[in-house]
Amino acid sequence: MIEKRVMVLEDEPNISEALRFILSRNGWRVDVSADGHAAIGAMRADPPDLLILDLMLPDLSGFDILRSLRAEAGTRDLPVLMLTAKGQVADRAEAERLGVTRFMTKPFANAEVIAAVRELAGP
Amino acid sequence: MKPPRSPQFLARESYRIRRLMDAARFLPVFGLVLLLLPLMRGTSGADVPPTATETVYLFAVWIGLILAAFLMSLGLRRTLDPPKAAKPQNRPPRWPTSPQTRGNAPMSFNLLVLTCLGYVIMLFVVASAAERSAAEGRAGWLRSPLIYTLSLSVYCTAWTFYGAVGYAARSGLEFMTIYLGPTLVFVGWWVLLRKLVRIGRENRVTSIADMISARYGKSNLLGVIVTLLCVSAGTPYIALQLQSIAQSFTVFATDPVGASFATDRNLIAFWVAAGLALFTIAFGTRNLDANEQHPGVVTAIAVEAVVKLLALIAVGVFAGWFVASGPADILARIDAQALPEWHIQPGRWSGLILLSAIAIVCLPRMFQVTVVESTNDQHLATASWAFPLYLFLISLFVLPIAVVGMEVMPAGANADMFVLTLPLHMGQNGLALLSFLGGFSAATSMVIVASLALATMVSNHIVVPLWLKVRAAQNLETGDMRLLVLSVRRLSITLVLGFGYLYYMISGGSAALAAIGLIAFVGVAQILPALLGALFWRGASRTGAAIGLVTGAVMWFFTLFLPSFGPDVMLSAQVMNDGAFGLSWLRPYSLFGLTTLDPLMHSLFWSLLLNAVAFCIGSFLSFPSPIERVQGALFVNIFDRPGPARSWTRPVAEAEDILPMAQRIMGATAGQAFFREQAEVQGKQGYLPDITPEFLEALELKLSGSVGAATAHAMLAQTVGTAVVSVEDLMAVASETAQIMEYSAQLEAKSEELSRTARKLREANEMLQKLSVQKDAFLSQISHELRTPMTSIRAFSEILMEGEGMSGEEQRHFAKIIHDESIRLTRLLDDLLDLSVLEHGQVQLNIAPVMLRDLIDKSITASNSVQADRKFTFLRSRDPEAIEIVTDAGRMTQVFINILSNARKYCISDDPQMQIKVRQRKGMVEVDFIDNGKGIPRDKQALIFEKFSRLTDSMQAGGAGLGLAICREIMHNLGGDVTYVPGQGGAAFRVSFPKELRPRERARKAPRPQAAPV
Repeated sequence: MIEKRVMVLEDEPNISEALRFILSRNGWRVDVSADGHAAIGAMRADPPDLLILDLMLPDLSGFDILRSLRAEAGTRDLPVLMLTAKGQVADRAEAERLGVTRFMTKPFANAEVIAAVRELAGP
Repeated sequence: MKPPRSPQFLARESYRIRRLMDAARFLPVFGLVLLLLPLMRGTSGADVPPTATETVYLFAVWIGLILAAFLMSLGLRRTLDPPKAAKPQNRPPRWPTSPQTRGNAPMSFNLLVLTCLGYVIMLFVVASAAERSAAEGRAGWLRSPLIYTLSLSVYCTAWTFYGAVGYAARSGLEFMTIYLGPTLVFVGWWVLLRKLVRIGRENRVTSIADMISARYGKSNLLGVIVTLLCVSAGTPYIALQLQSIAQSFTVFATDPVGASFATDRNLIAFWVAAGLALFTIAFGTRNLDANEQHPGVVTAIAVEAVVKLLALIAVGVFAGWFVASGPADILARIDAQALPEWHIQPGRWSGLILLSAIAIVCLPRMFQVTVVESTNDQHLATASWAFPLYLFLISLFVLPIAVVGMEVMPAGANADMFVLTLPLHMGQNGLALLSFLGGFSAATSMVIVASLALATMVSNHIVVPLWLKVRAAQNLETGDMRLLVLSVRRLSITLVLGFGYLYYMISGGSAALAAIGLIAFVGVAQILPALLGALFWRGASRTGAAIGLVTGAVMWFFTLFLPSFGPDVMLSAQVMNDGAFGLSWLRPYSLFGLTTLDPLMHSLFWSLLLNAVAFCIGSFLSFPSPIERVQGALFVNIFDRPGPARSWTRPVAEAEDILPMAQRIMGATAGQAFFREQAEVQGKQGYLPDITPEFLEALELKLSGSVGAATAHAMLAQTVGTAVVSVEDLMAVASETAQIMEYSAQLEAKSEELSRTARKLREANEMLQKLSVQKDAFLSQISHELRTPMTSIRAFSEILMEGEGMSGEEQRHFAKIIHDESIRLTRLLDDLLDLSVLEHGQVQLNIAPVMLRDLIDKSITASNSVQADRKFTFLRSRDPEAIEIVTDAGRMTQVFINILSNARKYCISDDPQMQIKVRQRKGMVEVDFIDNGKGIPRDKQALIFEKFSRLTDSMQAGGAGLGLAICREIMHNLGGDVTYVPGQGGAAFRVSFPKELRPRERARKAPRPQAAPV
């Protein structure tokens, strides 16, 4: 069975570390990045099975990344789980307009994230 | 042949008319010059022409003037309003031929009484017939110019009929002045009378008092003054008529029955007065007509005019052709009889012409017949020559009768009775009876018209206003005004005649008739200045008129009226001789030392002069009320506008309210008829017209005919509510308008203020919305900042709780993350609270002296803990740092540490350096912190001091982005600031603060729009 790959784009090191720990423990291969541009390039070359995306990033915003992914044929159907501390209605609406697959707010329950990843990326 | 109506013709025509108008204005002046020409001759014996020559000259001038007036009236007639009634029939009424008794037997007293009664009954019949015709609308001939002219002859009273001969016997030609003055006025009708009549008719003026009152702001005060003056002057005049009738009776009555009566002249006078009162009441107060016109009375007067003229001419013809032998003989006799005083005396001649000219205009009875009873302007054109002709004919035989009488009658005979005694003496009883009737008619016509005119004035200006005031004061319910006014009118007639009788009794009938007449003339002449001012001078004011009238009246009373009773009757002999209060310059007959004039001229001179002067000064010094100015303009410019006066501007009452009032005055039927007529004019059915200004105007005119202009206006105003009434009302309206204007100005100001407030509110609202957006953004930001560490804490807590698949090291690492994030959370909350306190200026400062260098040392030490592994080089010059400052050391350190820590975090340099420079400037201290990093991009320099502004990864910075925001707040609290200094190589922050912080220097926290977080 081929290991599913999950890309985590997150600028808070503690959060990405937590995600990496729980996802790896459940059998996913986890790549972590805080650099939006680099991550987009990497995903274009080799799309992961799932992208966990933070909204507030230093260089590009999560929306920007989502928009550019959806514009690209290779990443158009890439499942994207948006995790954000900004849980306002307007942000959720905007994310859905841009084609987000799942929208979750921080802080999250680990089990919920795992369930979502399992659902979106496959076990 | 009909002339062609080409434009050239019309232009010629209008030019001709204009020339004619100029001539008409000039004619009286020309006439006066001709009449005064005899005065140019010398006074010494040889220069004085014979009286007969002067007589012929004067009569020639007279008839010439009449002819000229006649020709002019033919041309000017066309310029006047055409008569409104149907084509008048210029047919005089038929009257019964005068009774002529034949035989030489002396007439019995009873016969005389019977004759008088018969004559009066004839008058009754004529008057009734005229009234009936007028009521049935067949009054065409009543409105003829002939009747109008004949009615004017009321000027010729018993004074003329009997007195003129006496006057001529005493003073020669001087009697003519009394008729020459009126001749000039009528010949010059275009100048004065035309205007007077037009104004009188258009304003439905009821008397001369009403005229003056109406012109000067409908002032009742003036009405009262004029009324009192006229009554004072008119009473002796009426007494004069009574006296003449009584005298004529005694002359006639020689039989025993009559003698007992006749000797008691007073009784005769009483019965005559009573009878005349009855007649006047019967025809003068039959109804209350808006026009105050009395066709019955006018017709009776016209008949009487014919009777007295015929009688005088008959006596004259008898004297001229039967006693003397024609004109030549008469002239010869005139010269034979001429006394030295018969010659024209310049002063009296011109003065009396002036006086009589004034009197014809101002006498109440003349005003009544000339103005009030006038129906048509064209009548005036006829009267302009016909009335002078009448006067000419009346005067023609005066001198012949006088000279013949003086010759024939025994010495000492009363010349005033020559007209009667001459035929009697010559045994011409029939002629004497005719003459008696002539005298009787002259006296009665005057008494009837004078008492009617005076009674109208008394009731309209004194009694009714008083009654209205009383009613208003007691708030009584109004009865039938019509009956009241009529009763007042009747009472007034009785009163006026009663006064006349009383005067007759007091004066004893001793004074010469002419003297009494002239006294009255001077009295009414006092109205002239106010009247002329009313017609020709817009600046004439009520105050001026009142002052002038009172001044003139007082002068007249003192210098003529009171002394005329004789010494010790009204004025004591002492006052007469030595002057009032013993002051010689206050002698009645030589006021202010003027002794060269005879009493009459003296009084005329002073009273008119002072009157006119007072009038002018009063008018100049007072400011006319608005209604006066309006009336003044209307009167003076009467010919410049078509319609009647408009003063009702704003109707506010309902017709139902006004009708009852109108009915009370006009009578129920007449009132309803008038209302229905007005409704019809407006195209409405029924009795209730719309209350338009036009309607009120018409109603006021109608009512003013009954109760006078001022009263009508006041009553209507009372009923209508508001509208132009009095100065007070006008002022009230004006102040109301001012209030409205003030109010609207306030409203305008208020609305401006409101819009200002609205703008402020809008701005405040926008600010609030902006703040609200900022607050939302801030809360969202705080939420994010709180959730981020919370996320890590929760995630690792759950991992730890599961407790499987972890090494012990991993467990410790995760626990440390939780611990660090908890600290981060706490610090965030601390920062937020700190910021809040600083922003609201609620921070407690511990101000104390401290060495700046110590603070910097301490800060560097403290900041070294941040990324302690990095080696920082500090470049300082320690001497400038050795400053003692007074500030809050802890807060200042906090700022320094923040800046130093930031440098430690963000200064990307292999050999990081921090240069610290201290400088003093004007009591301020500046500390610059300059690192050697890449600095802050220009577009972010303004942003770094905002809350939650982070230029890089938050974890790297280890803060929530509140540091510099807090620093700025602290420095504001310490009276200074922290700014970014661009262009220093690396990042450069300047902290400036006062060397010595005094509490007041703490900068007030300025409201500053908070920029959205980055």
